[in-house]
Amino acid sequence: MVNRVVTGAHYGLRDWLIQRITAVVMALYSVVLAGYLLLQPHLDYDAWTGLFSSQPMRTFTLLFLLSVFYHAWIGIRDIVMDYVKPAGVRLVIHVLVILVSLLYAIWAVQILWGF
Amino acid sequence: MKFKIYRYNPDTDTAPYMRDYELDIEAGDKMLLDAILLLKEQDDSLSLRKSCREGVCGSDAMNINGRNGLACITPLSSLKEPVTLRPLPGLPVIRDLIVDMTQFFKQYHSIKPYLINNDPPPETERLQSPAQRAHLNGLYECILCGCCSTACPSFWWNPDKFVGPAGLLQAYRFLADTRDHATSERLDDLEDPYRLFRCHTIMNCVDVCPKELNPTEAIGNIKDMMVKRIV
Repeated sequence: MVNRVVTGAHYGLRDWLIQRITAVVMALYSVVLAGYLLLQPHLDYDAWTGLFSSQPMRTFTLLFLLSVFYHAWIGIRDIVMDYVKPAGVRLVIHVLVILVSLLYAIWAVQILWGF
Repeated sequence: MKFKIYRYNPDTDTAPYMRDYELDIEAGDKMLLDAILLLKEQDDSLSLRKSCREGVCGSDAMNINGRNGLACITPLSSLKEPVTLRPLPGLPVIRDLIVDMTQFFKQYHSIKPYLINNDPPPETERLQSPAQRAHLNGLYECILCGCCSTACPSFWWNPDKFVGPAGLLQAYRFLADTRDHATSERLDDLEDPYRLFRCHTIMNCVDVCPKELNPTEAIGNIKDMMVKRIV
């Protein structure tokens, strides 16, 4: 095989843009949750489960978590691209990170809608 | 004044080392390059590149007290002693302060740093309005000294794949030029995870540029153009 430097995979812009958008979602959710915690003087189990029993909050939380996973996937891939050079090892790590993120996403749905 | 200079001669040295120099010189309004040339009279084996000695040619870029800059426009009076001089980081050293810039220029050439316009040439010249011409300010002044790209951690990591701030500033210089007709091809060429998007907005390039240019802003403008193209 010719050992050429290969570039030109056309997903640079897409992932960069998605990372920005997911960052905005995470920032909004953090502000909402921080606001709730500050304005809630008696935080107990009932208040907490009450908060997460509403459909909009569950949906927003899932949106937030999906944003975390996608954002983290792009970030971890960037780090792996810098530090792990053999393409085979890199692919294995990429696949593992994707699988773990998917698992977390499924788990998040189970937690949010399981009660 | 006291100096500490990186020395390496691949023919005689097994490893690079720092050598101390002392120079009896009044800083006054002299530049660092003046002092280095006097040191070279003491020790003529000291090697460096230099040419215009006024910040136009970009030959004498080096790492001065940990920061990339041009020796010829760095006032001696602005430097803390001992003045530590090293070659530009991240590029192979040929000898002493001379680095091999092949990789840097390869990236520069990869962005096609020339006008691409297949229209038949007009009788006189391709005209621009003053407003169109103004877009090139802050872009065309680059002297390709390499201070920015060799200060960029993303370029240190992936010099073969990431174009680097100098190359990307020039990429935008041609994207911003109304006389250039290859906008779409140029954007296609940069739209991958390495060539443009390895920039993580560290902004060392802006910090060190001896011409006070802003590659980070140019990179942001290229990203804007790409986003406009898809929405």
